[in-house]
Amino acid sequence: MGDLTNDQFFYLITVVKVVVVFAVLMTVLAYLQWVERKVIAHIQVRPGPYRVGPHGLLQPLADVIKLITKEDLIPPHVNKPLYILAPFLAITFALLSISVIPFGPTISIAGRETNMQLANLNIGILFILAVSSMGVYGIALAGWSSNNKYSLLGGLRSSAQMVSYELPLSLAIASPLLISNTLDLRQLVNTQSGGIWHWNILHGPFPQIFSFIIFIIAAFAETNRVPFDLPEAENELVAGFHTEYSSMKFASFFMAEYANMITVSCMATLLFLGGWIAPWPAEYGSSYVPVLIFAAAGVISLFHGAQAHLKMDKITFPVFGVIFLIIAAVFLLPIVQAWLLPLFWFCAKVGAILFAFIWIRGTLPRFRYDQLMSFTWKFLFPVAMLNLLVTGFLVALRP
Amino acid sequence: MDVILFSVFAIIAVVCAINVVVQTHPISSAISLVGVMGSLAVLYLLLGAEFLAAAQVIVYAGAIMVLFVFVIMLLNAGAETKEGRSLAVQLLGVPLLVAFLGIMAYFVQRLFPSSTMVHFGGFTGGGVREIGRALFGAYLLPFEVTSILILIAILGAIVLARKEMD
Amino acid sequence: MMSQVPMSWFLTLSAILFALGVAGFLFRRSIITIFMSIELMLNAVNLSFVTFSYQNKSINGHLFAFFVMVVAAAEAAVGLAIILTIFKNRQTLNIDDIESMKN
Repeated sequence: MGDLTNDQFFYLITVVKVVVVFAVLMTVLAYLQWVERKVIAHIQVRPGPYRVGPHGLLQPLADVIKLITKEDLIPPHVNKPLYILAPFLAITFALLSISVIPFGPTISIAGRETNMQLANLNIGILFILAVSSMGVYGIALAGWSSNNKYSLLGGLRSSAQMVSYELPLSLAIASPLLISNTLDLRQLVNTQSGGIWHWNILHGPFPQIFSFIIFIIAAFAETNRVPFDLPEAENELVAGFHTEYSSMKFASFFMAEYANMITVSCMATLLFLGGWIAPWPAEYGSSYVPVLIFAAAGVISLFHGAQAHLKMDKITFPVFGVIFLIIAAVFLLPIVQAWLLPLFWFCAKVGAILFAFIWIRGTLPRFRYDQLMSFTWKFLFPVAMLNLLVTGFLVALRP
Repeated sequence: MDVILFSVFAIIAVVCAINVVVQTHPISSAISLVGVMGSLAVLYLLLGAEFLAAAQVIVYAGAIMVLFVFVIMLLNAGAETKEGRSLAVQLLGVPLLVAFLGIMAYFVQRLFPSSTMVHFGGFTGGGVREIGRALFGAYLLPFEVTSILILIAILGAIVLARKEMD
Repeated sequence: MMSQVPMSWFLTLSAILFALGVAGFLFRRSIITIFMSIELMLNAVNLSFVTFSYQNKSINGHLFAFFVMVVAAAEAAVGLAIILTIFKNRQTLNIDDIESMKN
């Protein structure tokens, strides 16, 4: 590694990073669906996927195999070029915005420094906004090209909803940017360093709690999640804009939706919750929190394994317990703490927001379309403007 | 490297622009126009206009063209028909016009040559901070006037496109 | 040399895009396509502005292009509303059929 020039090292490490991020992202997308099904099942007091692998952990694999081997049917009445283009656009723009998200601080590999990020743009936030505005095309073209009135209605409604909720989203993003005074995502996290009282949600001349709430509501609407998922509701519009799609194209729309969820959760973490910064500084012991969490999970799994009734549980619970204890021990090694701890905090915060997404899906009913549109234009957009006004006023007044 | 980048995206822009003019169905023209705007955004990045590139994608390709696509989907406009035009006009019209303006551009460039070379990183003053300073400093009056213009446009569009209440 | 593009190439590209916009405006029949050719012309002019702003190393060209974008947005909104009204009244998008203000 020592005799590579800086340019060659940069290209090599970028290729490695792209492969790692892509592999991890695809696995997380598949298992996010497992987590969603399990959490919603437990909210509805039923076990959820349980048979395919221990606790249904191989269910995503079964789903992937099913979707790949299904017949890839192109109905004869569709507009073929647009029909094939639409899921491609949806998944491309959904994955593109992951490429500027920083997962951790600058680390050094083999003596040279590199960021835990694929590309550090100094207009990072604008890039993510731009890519998410382009994501509307995937859905609009899917609805149009299917030549089916349910798809057209679903596509039009979904596009109008996404475009309308972009306005409060952008205003809610502008408020913490006024406080942090930068558009660069890495700089944004660095201005929030120090502890939970420095995070944008609690710090500054005007704590950004309202912006956070507006951002989360607008993010639900942008990603077409409950309670704003009328365009793809199964009991309203057959299946909305993806009625005519099957197999891998259908899977592309779902992957795009989950990737969008991950993107807005990462954005909320970076803008409001301090990115990879621990809630209290490391000298007060925040490095031991992941150790404690994983050790507790391991002990609880072992306890349940000792008291299990089913034969399968007698094997799987102790195995999970041992795995969790090993992970807890890994967090104690000082050689990985430099990059593993910030990554843990980042993933914990993103995971908390994703859990909130899934929790709300299991709890709330959905909005009617006119209620949804009047909510954004008559309530959310004026409130977001007022929030930006107050934030700007207080930022200008501080010495 | 910059030459390759420019060539690729300039060719994409020209091909998509030809597609806008040549396609019969409006929705194919709309998607090709989105392609033109995307490649122009990359060319703005080459010229150091980073805020303008992002604004081009957010405003032009992500909002205005979505509006066009909506209206085309709402009106269900079909493909154009080809009646009433002579063959000579159809074949020669577009190439003649392009050739005429290309020759004019060539002569203008011969008369006023400039030896500026564009490379990525040649102009770093196009960031958000500089645009913000100029927009709220020297260009404050046009900024406020365009805000009122947008308000008028919103009112006009709502009044024109609403259903009649009887 | 491989990493520098002469500025005249940008201006030539802008001229070609503008010419294609004019061609679309003159030779097409559907109102929406004519409107899209207008947007193409505006984009070509924006490219010219940004190129000259690079030459003079000033930001005024960027701001002018920004204002062109804003005005194009307002014009697109009102123009499409007018097109919707015309379609509601005349049921056609062919400009040859919309030749008098009388219905």
